[in-house]
Amino acid sequence: MSSPAPVTDWVHDFDHTDPTWTENPYPIWDELRVKCPVAHTNRFLGLYLPTTYEAVKEICSDTEHFSSRRVIVRNVRLEPPPPAPPASSDPPEHKHAKQILLPPFMPDAVKKLEPHLRALCNELIDGFINEKGCDAAARYTKYIPTRAVTNMLGVPEKDGDLFIKWIHELLEGGLHDDARVMQAIREMVAYFTDQIEARKKHPTDDLIATLINARGEDGQPLTDAHVQGTLRLLLIAGIDTTWSAIGSSLWHLAKTPADRARLVAEPQLLPTAIEEFLRAFSPATSGREVMKETTVSGCPMKPGNMVLLSFPAANRDPAVFPDADKVIIDRKENRHVAFGVGIHRCVGVHLARMEILVAIEEWLKRIPDFRLDPSSEIRWSGGNVRGPRQLPLLLGKG
Amino acid sequence: MSGTLRIRVDPDKCQGHAQCKSLAPELFELDELGNAHEIGDGTVPAGLEDKARLAQANCPEIAIPINEE
Repeated sequence: MSSPAPVTDWVHDFDHTDPTWTENPYPIWDELRVKCPVAHTNRFLGLYLPTTYEAVKEICSDTEHFSSRRVIVRNVRLEPPPPAPPASSDPPEHKHAKQILLPPFMPDAVKKLEPHLRALCNELIDGFINEKGCDAAARYTKYIPTRAVTNMLGVPEKDGDLFIKWIHELLEGGLHDDARVMQAIREMVAYFTDQIEARKKHPTDDLIATLINARGEDGQPLTDAHVQGTLRLLLIAGIDTTWSAIGSSLWHLAKTPADRARLVAEPQLLPTAIEEFLRAFSPATSGREVMKETTVSGCPMKPGNMVLLSFPAANRDPAVFPDADKVIIDRKENRHVAFGVGIHRCVGVHLARMEILVAIEEWLKRIPDFRLDPSSEIRWSGGNVRGPRQLPLLLGKG
Repeated sequence: MSGTLRIRVDPDKCQGHAQCKSLAPELFELDELGNAHEIGDGTVPAGLEDKARLAQANCPEIAIPINEE
Protein backbone atom coordinates (compact mmCIF):
# COMPACT_ATOMS: atom_id res chain seq x y z
CA MET A 1 0.00 0.00 0.00
CA SER A 2 1.39 3.43 -0.92
CA SER A 3 2.06 6.07 1.71
CA PRO A 4 -0.52 8.80 2.18
CA ALA A 5 0.14 12.23 0.61
CA PRO A 6 2.16 14.57 2.86
CA VAL A 7 0.19 17.12 4.89
CA THR A 8 0.51 20.77 3.88
CA ASP A 9 -2.49 22.18 5.79
CA TRP A 10 -2.88 20.89 9.35
CA VAL A 11 -6.12 22.76 10.00
CA HIS A 12 -8.08 21.14 7.16
CA ASP A 13 -6.09 18.07 6.29
CA PHE A 14 -4.28 16.65 9.34
CA ASP A 15 -2.90 13.11 9.40
CA HIS A 16 -1.57 11.65 12.65
CA THR A 17 0.56 9.17 10.70
CA ASP A 18 2.40 11.90 8.77
CA PRO A 19 6.16 11.88 9.54
CA THR A 20 6.04 15.56 10.60
CA TRP A 21 3.48 14.68 13.29
CA THR A 22 5.28 11.51 14.35
CA GLU A 23 8.55 13.42 14.72
CA ASN A 24 7.18 16.39 16.67
CA PRO A 25 3.40 16.81 17.06
CA TYR A 26 3.49 19.56 19.69
CA PRO A 27 3.69 22.63 17.40
CA ILE A 28 0.83 21.19 15.30
CA TRP A 29 -1.47 20.95 18.32
CA ASP A 30 -0.47 24.44 19.47
CA GLU A 31 -1.41 25.82 16.07
CA LEU A 32 -4.73 23.98 15.97
CA ARG A 33 -5.70 24.91 19.52
CA VAL A 34 -5.51 28.57 18.54
CA LYS A 35 -6.94 28.36 15.01
CA CYS A 36 -9.43 25.54 15.26
CA PRO A 37 -9.80 23.70 18.60
CA VAL A 38 -11.63 20.83 16.90
CA ALA A 39 -10.08 20.22 13.47
CA HIS A 40 -11.47 18.02 10.72
CA THR A 41 -9.81 16.04 7.94
CA ASN A 42 -11.30 14.02 5.11
CA ARG A 43 -8.58 11.44 5.59
CA PHE A 44 -9.41 8.27 7.52
CA LEU A 45 -12.95 8.35 6.10
CA GLY A 46 -13.63 11.60 7.95
CA LEU A 47 -11.96 12.40 11.28
CA TYR A 48 -12.22 15.10 13.97
CA LEU A 49 -9.36 16.15 16.22
CA PRO A 50 -10.02 17.98 19.49
CA THR A 51 -6.84 19.63 20.81
CA THR A 52 -8.14 21.33 23.96
CA TYR A 53 -8.51 19.76 27.39
CA GLU A 54 -12.11 20.92 27.52
CA ALA A 55 -13.15 19.32 24.23
CA VAL A 56 -11.36 16.03 24.96
CA LYS A 57 -13.00 15.81 28.36
CA GLU A 58 -16.41 16.70 26.98
CA ILE A 59 -16.25 13.94 24.36
CA CYS A 60 -15.02 11.39 26.91
CA SER A 61 -17.93 12.07 29.21
CA ASP A 62 -20.54 11.99 26.44
CA THR A 63 -21.32 8.33 25.84
CA GLU A 64 -24.62 9.26 24.21
CA HIS A 65 -23.08 10.84 21.11
CA PHE A 66 -19.76 9.01 21.07
CA SER A 67 -19.25 5.26 21.02
CA SER A 68 -16.15 3.30 21.99
CA ARG A 69 -16.97 0.44 19.66
CA ARG A 70 -14.13 1.74 17.49
CA VAL A 71 -11.11 3.15 19.30
CA ILE A 72 -8.40 2.83 16.67
CA VAL A 73 -8.60 5.26 13.77
CA ARG A 74 -7.94 3.47 10.46
CA ASN A 75 -8.47 3.94 6.77
CA VAL A 76 -10.81 0.99 6.82
CA ARG A 77 -13.83 0.36 9.03
CA LEU A 78 -14.37 -3.29 9.73
CA GLU A 79 -18.03 -4.14 10.16
CA PRO A 80 -18.66 -5.12 12.87
CA PRO A 81 -15.38 -4.30 14.62
CA PRO A 82 -14.01 -7.13 16.76
CA PRO A 83 -14.82 -6.14 20.37
CA ALA A 84 -12.17 -5.65 23.05
CA PRO A 85 -14.16 -5.18 26.26
CA PRO A 86 -14.21 -3.02 28.33
CA ALA A 87 -12.31 -0.51 26.12
CA SER A 88 -14.70 -1.07 23.23
CA SER A 89 -17.82 -1.30 25.41
CA ASP A 90 -20.46 1.40 25.84
CA PRO A 91 -22.82 1.75 28.79
CA PRO A 92 -24.58 -0.20 30.21
CA GLU A 93 -22.41 -3.24 29.27
CA HIS A 94 -19.21 -1.35 29.99
CA LYS A 95 -19.50 -1.29 33.77
CA HIS A 96 -19.58 -5.03 34.38
CA ALA A 97 -16.87 -5.74 31.80
CA LYS A 98 -14.59 -3.24 33.53
CA GLN A 99 -15.33 -4.52 37.02
CA ILE A 100 -14.11 -7.99 36.07
CA LEU A 101 -10.76 -6.50 35.19
CA LEU A 102 -10.27 -4.03 38.04
CA PRO A 103 -9.29 -6.29 41.00
CA PRO A 104 -6.18 -7.84 39.35
CA PHE A 105 -4.94 -4.33 38.55
CA MET A 106 -5.37 -2.78 42.00
CA PRO A 107 -2.23 -1.35 43.68
CA ASP A 108 -1.78 -4.29 46.08
CA ALA A 109 -2.17 -6.83 43.26
CA VAL A 110 0.36 -5.20 40.94
CA LYS A 111 2.80 -4.72 43.85
CA LYS A 112 3.46 -8.47 43.75
CA LEU A 113 5.13 -8.01 40.36
CA GLU A 114 7.44 -5.25 41.55
CA PRO A 115 10.41 -7.29 42.87
CA HIS A 116 10.41 -9.34 39.69
CA LEU A 117 10.49 -6.23 37.50
CA ARG A 118 13.26 -4.65 39.59
CA ALA A 119 15.35 -7.77 39.09
CA LEU A 120 14.60 -7.71 35.36
CA CYS A 121 15.67 -4.05 35.06
CA ASN A 122 18.98 -4.87 36.72
CA GLU A 123 19.56 -7.92 34.50
CA LEU A 124 18.92 -5.81 31.43
CA ILE A 125 21.26 -3.08 32.66
CA ASP A 126 23.94 -5.71 33.39
CA GLY A 127 23.75 -6.56 29.68
CA PHE A 128 24.99 -3.17 28.48
CA ILE A 129 26.37 -1.17 31.41
CA ASN A 130 29.95 -1.89 30.42
CA GLU A 131 29.40 -0.69 26.87
CA LYS A 132 29.82 2.90 25.73
CA GLY A 133 26.23 3.18 24.70
CA CYS A 134 23.04 1.30 23.91
CA ASP A 135 19.70 1.54 22.17
CA ALA A 136 17.62 1.89 25.33
CA ALA A 137 14.35 1.18 23.49
CA ALA A 138 15.50 -2.14 22.08
CA ARG A 139 17.53 -3.31 25.07
CA TYR A 140 15.69 -1.89 28.08
CA THR A 141 12.33 -0.12 27.87
CA LYS A 142 10.67 -2.66 25.57
CA TYR A 143 11.14 -5.61 27.92
CA ILE A 144 9.65 -4.14 31.07
CA PRO A 145 5.94 -3.96 30.11
CA THR A 146 6.26 -7.05 27.94
CA ARG A 147 7.49 -9.07 30.89
CA ALA A 148 4.81 -7.60 33.16
CA VAL A 149 2.13 -8.74 30.72
CA THR A 150 3.52 -12.24 30.14
CA ASN A 151 3.78 -12.65 33.90
CA MET A 152 0.23 -11.54 34.59
CA LEU A 153 -1.15 -13.71 31.79
CA GLY A 154 0.90 -16.70 32.93
CA VAL A 155 2.47 -17.37 29.52
CA PRO A 156 6.13 -17.99 28.59
CA GLU A 157 8.27 -14.86 28.66
CA LYS A 158 9.58 -15.47 25.14
CA ASP A 159 6.02 -15.05 23.79
CA GLY A 160 6.47 -11.35 24.45
CA ASP A 161 8.20 -11.14 21.05
CA LEU A 162 5.01 -12.40 19.37
CA PHE A 163 2.96 -9.84 21.29
CA ILE A 164 5.16 -7.02 20.06
CA LYS A 165 4.79 -8.19 16.47
CA TRP A 166 0.96 -8.29 16.72
CA ILE A 167 0.74 -4.90 18.41
CA HIS A 168 2.85 -3.38 15.67
CA GLU A 169 0.49 -4.79 13.04
CA LEU A 170 -2.61 -3.52 14.86
CA LEU A 171 -1.38 -0.07 15.81
CA GLU A 172 0.96 0.85 12.97
CA GLY A 173 1.17 -1.54 10.03
CA GLY A 174 -2.57 -2.03 9.79
CA LEU A 175 -3.71 1.60 9.88
CA HIS A 176 -3.91 1.64 6.09
CA ASP A 177 -4.34 -2.08 5.47
CA ASP A 178 -7.07 -4.20 7.07
CA ALA A 179 -5.65 -7.50 5.73
CA ARG A 180 -2.69 -7.02 8.09
CA VAL A 181 -5.03 -6.27 11.01
CA MET A 182 -7.16 -9.35 10.37
CA GLN A 183 -4.09 -11.58 10.02
CA ALA A 184 -2.76 -10.34 13.38
CA ILE A 185 -6.15 -10.89 15.01
CA ARG A 186 -6.35 -14.44 13.58
CA GLU A 187 -2.92 -15.23 15.03
CA MET A 188 -3.88 -13.79 18.41
CA VAL A 189 -7.13 -15.75 18.50
CA ALA A 190 -5.30 -18.99 17.67
CA TYR A 191 -2.69 -18.26 20.36
CA PHE A 192 -5.21 -17.50 23.09
CA THR A 193 -7.45 -20.42 22.08
CA ASP A 194 -4.50 -22.73 22.85
CA GLN A 195 -3.86 -20.96 26.16
CA ILE A 196 -7.52 -21.21 27.17
CA GLU A 197 -7.73 -24.92 26.25
CA ALA A 198 -4.58 -25.63 28.27
CA ARG A 199 -6.11 -23.96 31.33
CA LYS A 200 -9.30 -25.96 31.03
CA LYS A 201 -7.17 -29.12 31.39
CA HIS A 202 -4.76 -27.72 33.99
CA PRO A 203 -6.22 -24.82 35.98
CA THR A 204 -3.89 -21.91 36.82
CA ASP A 205 -4.29 -18.72 38.86
CA ASP A 206 -3.24 -16.18 36.24
CA LEU A 207 -5.19 -13.47 34.46
CA ILE A 208 -6.30 -15.76 31.62
CA ALA A 209 -7.79 -18.07 34.25
CA THR A 210 -9.46 -15.08 35.94
CA LEU A 211 -11.25 -14.30 32.69
CA ILE A 212 -12.20 -17.92 32.00
CA ASN A 213 -13.71 -18.16 35.49
CA ALA A 214 -15.42 -14.76 35.42
CA ARG A 215 -19.17 -14.49 35.10
CA GLY A 216 -21.16 -12.01 33.08
CA GLU A 217 -24.03 -10.01 34.51
CA ASP A 218 -26.34 -12.88 33.61
CA GLY A 219 -24.32 -15.23 35.82
CA GLN A 220 -23.06 -17.18 32.80
CA PRO A 221 -19.39 -17.55 31.81
CA LEU A 222 -18.11 -14.82 29.52
CA THR A 223 -18.38 -15.62 25.83
CA ASP A 224 -15.23 -16.72 24.01
CA ALA A 225 -15.38 -13.48 22.02
CA HIS A 226 -15.40 -11.46 25.26
CA VAL A 227 -12.45 -13.35 26.78
CA GLN A 228 -10.47 -13.18 23.55
CA GLY A 229 -11.21 -9.48 23.09
CA THR A 230 -10.16 -8.61 26.62
CA LEU A 231 -6.92 -10.56 26.22
CA ARG A 232 -6.16 -8.67 23.01
CA LEU A 233 -6.91 -5.43 24.82
CA LEU A 234 -4.42 -6.28 27.57
CA LEU A 235 -1.69 -6.70 24.98
CA ILE A 236 -2.62 -3.67 22.90
CA ALA A 237 -3.10 -1.36 25.88
CA GLY A 238 -0.38 -2.70 28.12
CA ILE A 239 2.83 -2.94 26.13
CA ASP A 240 3.42 -0.15 23.61
CA THR A 241 2.00 2.48 25.93
CA THR A 242 4.26 1.78 28.90
CA TRP A 243 7.24 1.06 26.66
CA SER A 244 6.68 4.54 25.23
CA ALA A 245 6.26 6.23 28.60
CA ILE A 246 9.50 4.76 29.95
CA GLY A 247 11.32 5.64 26.73
CA SER A 248 10.09 9.23 26.59
CA SER A 249 11.07 9.71 30.23
CA LEU A 250 14.62 8.45 29.55
CA TRP A 251 14.77 10.57 26.38
CA HIS A 252 13.92 13.68 28.40
CA LEU A 253 16.44 12.83 31.12
CA ALA A 254 19.14 12.11 28.54
CA LYS A 255 18.88 15.66 27.18
CA THR A 256 18.13 17.46 30.46
CA PRO A 257 21.10 17.08 32.83
CA ALA A 258 19.59 19.37 35.48
CA ASP A 259 16.48 17.18 35.88
CA ARG A 260 18.60 14.05 35.85
CA ALA A 261 20.90 15.36 38.57
CA ARG A 262 17.96 16.48 40.67
CA LEU A 263 16.23 13.08 40.48
CA VAL A 264 19.48 11.31 41.36
CA ALA A 265 19.87 13.60 44.39
CA GLU A 266 16.17 13.61 45.32
CA PRO A 267 14.70 10.24 44.33
CA GLN A 268 11.64 11.01 46.46
CA LEU A 269 10.64 13.39 43.66
CA LEU A 270 10.30 10.50 41.19
CA PRO A 271 6.54 9.91 41.54
CA THR A 272 5.81 13.59 40.85
CA ALA A 273 8.33 13.69 38.01
CA ILE A 274 6.78 10.62 36.41
CA GLU A 275 3.31 12.18 36.48
CA GLU A 276 4.86 15.16 34.69
CA PHE A 277 6.53 12.93 32.08
CA LEU A 278 3.14 11.26 31.59
CA ARG A 279 1.56 14.64 31.05
CA ALA A 280 4.22 16.07 28.79
CA PHE A 281 4.82 12.93 26.68
CA SER A 282 1.49 11.10 27.02
CA PRO A 283 1.88 8.04 24.87
CA ALA A 284 -1.71 6.98 24.19
CA THR A 285 -4.32 8.42 21.90
CA SER A 286 -7.74 6.83 21.63
CA GLY A 287 -10.68 7.13 19.26
CA ARG A 288 -14.45 7.39 19.34
CA GLU A 289 -17.10 6.98 16.68
CA VAL A 290 -19.71 9.74 16.35
CA MET A 291 -23.12 8.07 16.73
CA LYS A 292 -25.48 11.08 16.73
CA GLU A 293 -25.14 14.53 15.31
CA THR A 294 -23.67 16.96 17.86
CA THR A 295 -21.45 20.02 18.24
CA VAL A 296 -18.25 20.22 20.30
CA SER A 297 -16.52 23.57 20.86
CA GLY A 298 -18.39 25.00 17.88
CA CYS A 299 -17.52 22.13 15.54
CA PRO A 300 -20.50 20.24 14.12
CA MET A 301 -19.91 16.47 14.07
CA LYS A 302 -21.53 13.95 11.74
CA PRO A 303 -22.39 10.35 12.61
CA GLY A 304 -20.10 7.74 11.10
CA ASN A 305 -17.00 9.93 11.35
CA MET A 306 -14.36 9.12 13.92
CA VAL A 307 -12.78 11.34 16.57
CA LEU A 308 -9.05 11.14 17.25
CA LEU A 309 -9.14 11.66 20.99
CA SER A 310 -5.76 13.17 21.73
CA PHE A 311 -4.99 12.95 25.44
CA PRO A 312 -1.46 14.15 24.63
CA ALA A 313 -2.84 17.35 23.04
CA ALA A 314 -5.21 17.94 26.00
CA ASN A 315 -2.25 17.60 28.35
CA ARG A 316 -0.43 20.42 26.54
CA ASP A 317 -3.35 22.86 26.79
CA PRO A 318 -2.05 26.11 28.34
CA ALA A 319 -5.56 26.95 29.55
CA VAL A 320 -5.21 24.14 32.10
CA PHE A 321 -1.45 23.74 32.58
CA PRO A 322 0.71 26.82 33.16
CA ASP A 323 3.89 26.54 31.07
CA ALA A 324 2.27 23.58 29.33
CA ASP A 325 5.18 23.19 26.93
CA LYS A 326 7.76 22.96 29.73
CA VAL A 327 8.64 19.83 31.67
CA ILE A 328 8.50 20.78 35.37
CA ILE A 329 9.44 17.71 37.40
CA ASP A 330 8.01 19.11 40.65
CA ARG A 331 4.75 20.36 39.12
CA LYS A 332 2.27 20.19 41.97
CA GLU A 333 -1.06 20.53 40.22
CA ASN A 334 -1.21 18.02 37.43
CA ARG A 335 -4.69 17.01 36.41
CA HIS A 336 -3.36 15.21 33.34
CA VAL A 337 -5.44 12.78 31.32
CA ALA A 338 -2.65 10.54 30.03
CA PHE A 339 -4.67 7.54 31.21
CA GLY A 340 -7.87 8.87 29.69
CA VAL A 341 -10.73 10.43 31.58
CA GLY A 342 -14.28 9.33 32.32
CA ILE A 343 -15.52 5.73 32.33
CA HIS A 344 -12.76 4.45 30.04
CA ARG A 345 -9.91 5.62 32.25
CA CYS A 346 -7.11 3.05 31.90
CA VAL A 347 -7.56 -0.05 34.07
CA GLY A 348 -3.80 -0.60 34.17
CA VAL A 349 -2.96 2.77 35.67
CA HIS A 350 -1.37 1.38 38.86
CA LEU A 351 0.61 -1.22 36.95
CA ALA A 352 1.84 1.37 34.46
CA ARG A 353 2.91 3.82 37.17
CA MET A 354 4.75 1.07 39.02
CA GLU A 355 6.55 -0.09 35.86
CA ILE A 356 7.65 3.41 34.92
CA LEU A 357 8.81 4.19 38.45
CA VAL A 358 10.79 0.97 38.79
CA ALA A 359 12.32 1.36 35.32
CA ILE A 360 13.50 4.93 35.89
CA GLU A 361 14.54 4.40 39.51
CA GLU A 362 16.69 1.34 38.78
CA TRP A 363 18.21 3.03 35.70
CA LEU A 364 19.20 6.17 37.63
CA LYS A 365 20.69 4.12 40.48
CA ARG A 366 22.98 2.29 38.09
CA ILE A 367 23.40 4.91 35.33
CA PRO A 368 23.17 8.43 36.76
CA ASP A 369 24.96 9.91 33.72
CA PHE A 370 23.82 9.41 30.13
CA ARG A 371 23.00 11.47 27.06
CA LEU A 372 21.62 11.18 23.56
CA ASP A 373 24.03 9.67 21.05
CA PRO A 374 24.44 12.35 18.38
CA SER A 375 25.78 9.82 15.87
CA SER A 376 22.55 7.84 15.71
CA GLU A 377 18.92 8.73 15.16
CA ILE A 378 15.93 8.49 17.46
CA ARG A 379 12.93 6.82 15.87
CA TRP A 380 9.41 7.52 17.17
CA SER A 381 6.43 5.24 16.61
CA GLY A 382 3.40 6.74 14.93
CA GLY A 383 -0.34 6.28 15.09
CA ASN A 384 -2.19 5.69 18.34
CA VAL A 385 0.84 5.29 20.57
CA ARG A 386 3.83 7.59 20.44
CA GLY A 387 7.19 6.78 21.98
CA PRO A 388 10.82 6.13 21.08
CA ARG A 389 11.30 2.80 19.30
CA GLN A 390 14.99 3.52 18.79
CA LEU A 391 16.68 5.48 21.56
CA PRO A 392 20.47 5.58 21.14
CA LEU A 393 22.17 6.70 24.34
CA LEU A 394 25.77 7.18 25.41
CA LEU A 395 26.43 5.99 28.95
CA GLY A 396 28.65 7.66 31.55
CA LYS A 397 29.99 11.18 31.83
CA GLY A 398 30.54 12.97 28.53
CA MET B 1 -7.83 31.80 61.11
CA SER B 2 -9.37 29.40 58.67
CA GLY B 3 -11.89 26.85 59.85
CA THR B 4 -11.86 23.07 59.61
CA LEU B 5 -11.75 21.53 56.14
CA ARG B 6 -13.95 18.68 55.16
CA ILE B 7 -13.38 16.64 52.02
CA ARG B 8 -15.62 14.27 50.12
CA VAL B 9 -15.16 12.12 47.03
CA ASP B 10 -18.17 12.27 44.74
CA PRO B 11 -18.76 8.55 43.99
CA ASP B 12 -20.60 9.34 40.75
CA LYS B 13 -17.63 11.25 39.37
CA CYS B 14 -14.69 9.19 40.68
CA GLN B 15 -13.16 6.93 38.00
CA GLY B 16 -10.31 5.57 40.08
CA HIS B 17 -7.30 7.53 38.85
CA ALA B 18 -6.17 7.34 42.52
CA GLN B 19 -4.14 10.53 42.40
CA CYS B 20 -5.76 11.55 45.70
CA LYS B 21 -4.70 8.35 47.41
CA SER B 22 -1.11 8.59 46.19
CA LEU B 23 -0.78 12.26 47.18
CA ALA B 24 -2.67 12.09 50.47
CA PRO B 25 -2.84 8.50 51.77
CA GLU B 26 -3.81 9.87 55.20
CA LEU B 27 -7.04 11.24 53.77
CA PHE B 28 -8.18 8.81 51.06
CA GLU B 29 -8.47 5.08 50.51
CA LEU B 30 -9.55 2.87 47.62
CA ASP B 31 -12.26 0.21 47.54
CA GLU B 32 -11.71 -3.17 45.89
CA LEU B 33 -12.54 -1.71 42.46
CA GLY B 34 -10.19 1.21 42.87
CA ASN B 35 -12.76 3.90 43.55
CA ALA B 36 -11.55 6.42 46.09
CA HIS B 37 -13.37 7.59 49.17
CA GLU B 38 -12.51 9.86 52.06
CA ILE B 39 -11.27 8.27 55.28
CA GLY B 40 -13.70 8.62 58.20
CA ASP B 41 -16.08 11.55 57.94
CA GLY B 42 -13.71 13.53 55.72
CA THR B 43 -12.61 16.00 58.38
CA VAL B 44 -9.07 17.04 57.51
CA PRO B 45 -6.81 16.83 60.58
CA ALA B 46 -4.80 19.97 61.37
CA GLY B 47 -1.60 20.05 59.32
CA LEU B 48 -3.01 18.08 56.38
CA GLU B 49 -4.85 20.99 54.73
CA ASP B 50 -2.25 21.37 52.00
CA LYS B 51 -2.42 17.68 51.18
CA ALA B 52 -6.21 17.91 50.91
CA ARG B 53 -5.93 20.83 48.52
CA LEU B 54 -3.24 19.01 46.51
CA ALA B 55 -5.50 15.98 46.14
CA GLN B 56 -8.35 18.19 45.02
CA ALA B 57 -6.16 19.96 42.46
CA ASN B 58 -4.95 16.70 40.93
CA CYS B 59 -8.25 14.86 40.44
CA PRO B 60 -8.87 14.74 36.67
CA GLU B 61 -12.56 14.09 37.26
CA ILE B 62 -12.89 17.14 39.57
CA ALA B 63 -14.59 14.78 42.01
CA ILE B 64 -13.27 16.13 45.33
CA PRO B 65 -15.20 19.06 46.78
CA ILE B 66 -13.73 20.73 49.89
CA ASN B 67 -15.92 22.53 52.39
CA GLU B 68 -14.58 24.98 54.93
CA GLU B 69 -16.61 24.98 58.12
